[in-house]
Amino acid sequence: MSVTETTQDRVAPIRPHRGPLAWARANLFSTWYNTLLTLLIVWLLIRAVPGIVEWALIKASWTGDAADCREAGGACWAFLAEKWRFILFGTFPDDQHWRPTLAILSMIGTLVLSADRRLWGRPLLYIWTLGIGFSALMMFGGVLGLDYVPTELWGGLPLTLALSIVGLMASFPLGVLLALGRTSDLPVMRGLSVVYIELVRGVPLISILFMASVMLPLFLPAGVSIDKVLRALIGICLFSAAYVAEVVRAGLQAIPKGQVEAAKALGLGYWQRQRLIILPQALSLVIPPLVNSFIASFKDTSLVIVIGLLDLLSTAKSALTDPAWRGFYKEAYLFVGVIYVLFCYALSRYSRYLETILGQGRRR
Amino acid sequence: MSLRLGGAVALAAAYLAFTAAPALAGPTLDAVKSKGQLTCGVNTGLPGFSSPDSQGKWTGLDVDICKAVAAVILNDTSKIRYTPLSAQQRLTALQSGEIDLLVRNTTWSLTRDAQGLDFAPVVYYDGQGLMVPKSLGVTSAKQLDGATICVQPGTTTELNLADWFRAHNLTFKPVVIEALDEVNAAFFAGRCDVLTTDISGLAGVRASVATKPDDFIILPEVMSKEPLAPVVRHGDNQWRDIVSWTIYALIEAEEKGITQANVDAKLKDTDPSVQRLLGVQGDLGVGLGLDKAWAYRAIKAVGNYGEIFERNIGKKTPLKLDRGLNALWTNGGLMYAPPIR
Repeated sequence: MSVTETTQDRVAPIRPHRGPLAWARANLFSTWYNTLLTLLIVWLLIRAVPGIVEWALIKASWTGDAADCREAGGACWAFLAEKWRFILFGTFPDDQHWRPTLAILSMIGTLVLSADRRLWGRPLLYIWTLGIGFSALMMFGGVLGLDYVPTELWGGLPLTLALSIVGLMASFPLGVLLALGRTSDLPVMRGLSVVYIELVRGVPLISILFMASVMLPLFLPAGVSIDKVLRALIGICLFSAAYVAEVVRAGLQAIPKGQVEAAKALGLGYWQRQRLIILPQALSLVIPPLVNSFIASFKDTSLVIVIGLLDLLSTAKSALTDPAWRGFYKEAYLFVGVIYVLFCYALSRYSRYLETILGQGRRR
Repeated sequence: MSLRLGGAVALAAAYLAFTAAPALAGPTLDAVKSKGQLTCGVNTGLPGFSSPDSQGKWTGLDVDICKAVAAVILNDTSKIRYTPLSAQQRLTALQSGEIDLLVRNTTWSLTRDAQGLDFAPVVYYDGQGLMVPKSLGVTSAKQLDGATICVQPGTTTELNLADWFRAHNLTFKPVVIEALDEVNAAFFAGRCDVLTTDISGLAGVRASVATKPDDFIILPEVMSKEPLAPVVRHGDNQWRDIVSWTIYALIEAEEKGITQANVDAKLKDTDPSVQRLLGVQGDLGVGLGLDKAWAYRAIKAVGNYGEIFERNIGKKTPLKLDRGLNALWTNGGLMYAPPIR
């Protein structure tokens, strides 16, 4: 008996099934309830897709006015063609729209560069100062021959980005201090931090915005006043600081006691210990949850409508109040929804990527 | 910020002026003149009254009132700083001095008048109504026992509805939806029998959202009075006078047939009341702390009241509203200006 014959006689080895049929059997029809679910989903798709295609493409109007749209009966993309600039930039002066465009690009650029781990550390500080400074220059103007644009005229995407990015940036140091306070050995510091964090976390953002916008001006002495956007920013910042604090505290508590003891043995003081030993480790642990809170705060900024600021969602709503273009809220919300999804999806992908990269050192 | 600072100082000064010597000249006018800008509180978006157009410029009936006041004082309708305000913060924004004038479809009521605010003349008489599909076969709200009614929460609309049904011993099932557009969508999708809001709103919705406007009727019952008027801070009498008489001038201009287009020709009109209004004869504006041509500037900037109405919410706009109560008194409406002399 030769070796070749022996091999041929054997039962074929179990190979992974190939081809679409096999794939479908493995993934769609493996058990009776999977089969049922698959059939249900196929049925739903058959029901939904033709309607969506008909609405979004076949019956849609790409040009014309509201009357044409109503006659066609489908999606009114002409509405977006007319209103996209207002939805993106709000009441910012019409002929100056290149300025908020550059501000948006600069803010997105800052975020993208922050994602690059090679730049973490001092370069990041310069990037943020430059990026945010440039955005502020574009939005405010008033120098270099640019017209001054007061914050009342801001709106749309630049306002949403400014509130969430600057809000996060400003709340971060406060959040770290609160986290250190909460884990501190000093009872007064700990007590104050706990009270602050629990108080703010126990209150919805909307009521903090109300306090900042409606109550605060009544308490301020005559002659002292704060800009409306700044008031919202302070409210958002105080709010997210409490959440950042809790995220950072999780990181602080994950650092083994031995690290602190070793640092003490080296003769480092409290702040040196925190700055050189504890915080670098703790913060790198909590970057994914921090990105997560950023996503939350990015979406939370749409609450500023209650204090009369026209963020991205509110400009879409305002665009719907033009008497000539009423009732196209599907299109408006779809447009805004796509923008929100793009930003949040990018951020959440980034958070996943960070988890993989930062987890490498700890994985066994 | 210096602009807000001016307003806040104005508030404090207004308070002092009111408590110490009510006859003192108003600080709001001085503040507006010195900063060269009128800060006007408007709605974040109400079709026909205040909404940003595709270029982000504010338009609407309320906005035109702001423009008229700016034209009277500053002779420039571009020198207005519009502050979009939510329903909850509008009165505080006025009281704290953040804005000089609130023209944001605000209903004039005793409570509001008594809490440190003053109202200028009504610029739009509205009232809450009910709209039903014709197919329901209803001709009066009294036939609506047990109906499902779409309504926005937290508004006086919701309270008026409950009051009216209780007073008439009827029951209803509210379908409460926060956003106006979604309330409308729910009604036209058949989720409720009745839609209720201000009649101006109902007419607008019927004209622009309904696929067949003729299939819906607005019932004759008016459940509330909603006189929408501009608001100023209590205590600055001169400022209130200026806002009030600006509105009266716009109404008087309609009565006298003075329009944006013919106002220059009307300067040569021989009618003494036209001459007085346009400042050709006498110096009536001086009594208000203004000059002779104050009313001329307002009419030149935005037209008379009828023109403002037709341009923003009238028959040729998508809202297609009747003048109704907002016609001149000579046409059976409530728009009536005291004599300008």
